[in-house]
Amino acid sequence: MRHIISILLENEPGALSRVVGLFSQRNFNIETLNVAPTEDPSLSRLTVTTVGDDRVIEQITKHLNKLIDVVKLVDLTEGNHIERELMLVKVKALGAARDEVKRTADIFRAQIVDVTPSVYTVQITGDAGKLDAFIQAMAPIGILEVARTGVSGIARGDKLLTL
Amino acid sequence: MELLSGADMIARFLKDEGVERIYGYPGGAALHIYDALFRQDSVQHILVRHEQAATHAADGYARASGKPGVVLVTSGPGATNAVTGIATAYMDSIPMVVLCGQVASHLIGEDAFQETDIVGVTRPVVKHSFSIRHPSEIPEVLKKAFYLASTGRPGPVVVDIPKDMTAPTERYEYVYPKKVKIRSYNPVTRGHSGQIKKAVDMMLKARRPVFYTGGGIVTGRASEALTDLVQRLGFPITTTLMGIGGYPQGDRQSLGWLGMHGSYEANMAMHNADLIIAIGARFDDRVTNNTSKFCPTAKIVHVDIDPSSISKTVRADVPIVGAAGSVINEMISLVQDREPANPEALGEWWKSIDGWRAERKNRLYEPSKPGEALKPQEVIEAVYRATRGEAFVTTDVGQHQMFAAQYYKFAKPNRFITSGGLGTMGFGFPAAMGVKLSYPQDDVVCFTGEGSFQMMMQELSTCKQFDVGVKIVNLNNQSLGMVRQWQDLNYKSRHAHSYMESLPDFAKLIEAYGFTAIKVTTHEELAPALERAFADTNELVFLDIYVDPFEHVYPMQVPLGSMRDMLLSKTERT
Repeated sequence: MRHIISILLENEPGALSRVVGLFSQRNFNIETLNVAPTEDPSLSRLTVTTVGDDRVIEQITKHLNKLIDVVKLVDLTEGNHIERELMLVKVKALGAARDEVKRTADIFRAQIVDVTPSVYTVQITGDAGKLDAFIQAMAPIGILEVARTGVSGIARGDKLLTL
Repeated sequence: MELLSGADMIARFLKDEGVERIYGYPGGAALHIYDALFRQDSVQHILVRHEQAATHAADGYARASGKPGVVLVTSGPGATNAVTGIATAYMDSIPMVVLCGQVASHLIGEDAFQETDIVGVTRPVVKHSFSIRHPSEIPEVLKKAFYLASTGRPGPVVVDIPKDMTAPTERYEYVYPKKVKIRSYNPVTRGHSGQIKKAVDMMLKARRPVFYTGGGIVTGRASEALTDLVQRLGFPITTTLMGIGGYPQGDRQSLGWLGMHGSYEANMAMHNADLIIAIGARFDDRVTNNTSKFCPTAKIVHVDIDPSSISKTVRADVPIVGAAGSVINEMISLVQDREPANPEALGEWWKSIDGWRAERKNRLYEPSKPGEALKPQEVIEAVYRATRGEAFVTTDVGQHQMFAAQYYKFAKPNRFITSGGLGTMGFGFPAAMGVKLSYPQDDVVCFTGEGSFQMMMQELSTCKQFDVGVKIVNLNNQSLGMVRQWQDLNYKSRHAHSYMESLPDFAKLIEAYGFTAIKVTTHEELAPALERAFADTNELVFLDIYVDPFEHVYPMQVPLGSMRDMLLSKTERT
């Protein structure tokens, strides 16, 4: 099963490599990885999506917790949560396809953020499934380049991942 | 207010931390630190002949004393040479602090002379690592390093120190930090009371219980408490290789150690148990054999300080995260006035165990007959008698290691010093050095083989410089015995590169360093050689003992089998 694990990490040099290294060292799997600073400059928030059975996920969270630079973590998939990913897609936009790209982008509530005579750059956010569907829809028209951020997530309701 | 350079802070910190001795080797990036060491006399520096030996010596000291071993090496090759020793300590959870010189900050990343990203290289084999970014942070970072290395599940910590951080011209305020706090690191001590109660209820109701305890008892200094608990309950106990000495091996309740080359009765008891009480052990593959066939009728209580050890390879029915000593003491208070509920079943259980014991008694190996080559096992037994079982014993890796563990009986913890997890050949001799320097009154015996000894024999020179009187017992079978054994069993005796051609004349080699060597080839020579070797506890003596090259280590678990699937000799199998 797919899990989304969010981690508060010490904002120290090398901290990220400890997390990433752990996954390869222990033969765990990383599907997406997203990391950025938080409102507290001493902490980064890292979100990783991974796949494994309960035993593997238990080992992943235990080993992550063992890293000294990991301050706190939560497996978001254990509860209700919001999952978002941002994607920028360059699509071929020539002739009739220009309208088709625009229409499809509207259906997905995506925005065209850059335009040239032959290319549209589309920005879209959503969960991974929505982004996959958008890629599928655009594929026949001609995708030139894709940049995805990887999943970021947060728990619904009052639950917080803070110190 | 005291102003010190980074280098002086390091020397001063080591003194304030109570470190008496460090092991190392100088080089460019570490020279400021070496100069600071030269100008003080509180911390003794032992100059090894290879950085790997520095880590093993510090490791041996740490295993014997329970305190962190300290290593100082230079950047680049100095640091990479230390990696095997760091990994050895990591696999066996040994407290160690490794100070590595590094090229100056402004050169990092430029492929400077003797530059290696040692924090990156060691990342998978350390508990944690630090890079010093300003000289003023040295005292606090070092305190954190010692704190991390020695608390919770211990392990090695690397501190990378760029040369400019130790420059003699830059001075900063030095205060010894008595305490440090790391917000993300709060090792547990007490176990969950509800879980402990549940475990004790299961223990009292058990019909075929067995304790299975590991290195956590030794590092957690819990052997007295464990002995108390086990004797109150009257249950059998087996330890891992790392847990040897955690319970007195001479006691009737001790089944010896378990696993691939563990005792017949220990492996049989595990397989047939209905309750396994695992404390400070990690269900390693050399213990469990095939996990899908592991102890089919047993419920498992697993106590460990490291949550990630629990249910890693074998699912625990009652997991308890806590320090061994604290959990055992809580168990003792719960069993205080209670008796096991099934004394008859326990009696039957002991009957079965005594039956297994009797089956193998006096059949463990065939002693040599007059005129035949000595058996390695009888050499270990003779050394055991010569040292009255009181020596510190270190080993290298291979057949001699297993024989030492099988035939030298340990009554106390911290006495059997061996590379269990990583299985590092070359470990034994430098580890013995580290022990002997701190326990000069005791006999320190290193059991080794020609293969292992030749990996670290340059340390004879260190022993000469610092007058280190270890006893080296070389079980010379002119081959890489354990490799050969596997080739006999799995490769139709095709001995690919397991024969040691061109062995040196060890006696001459040892004498070249000014030490005594005794060659033993017959039964008659053994007793006088041992008498001579142990006459003076402070003299280094090398015993080159020729043993039967065809001997195998038994019992030996059958690959992919259960605990009870064992070869018992070259012709017998369970």
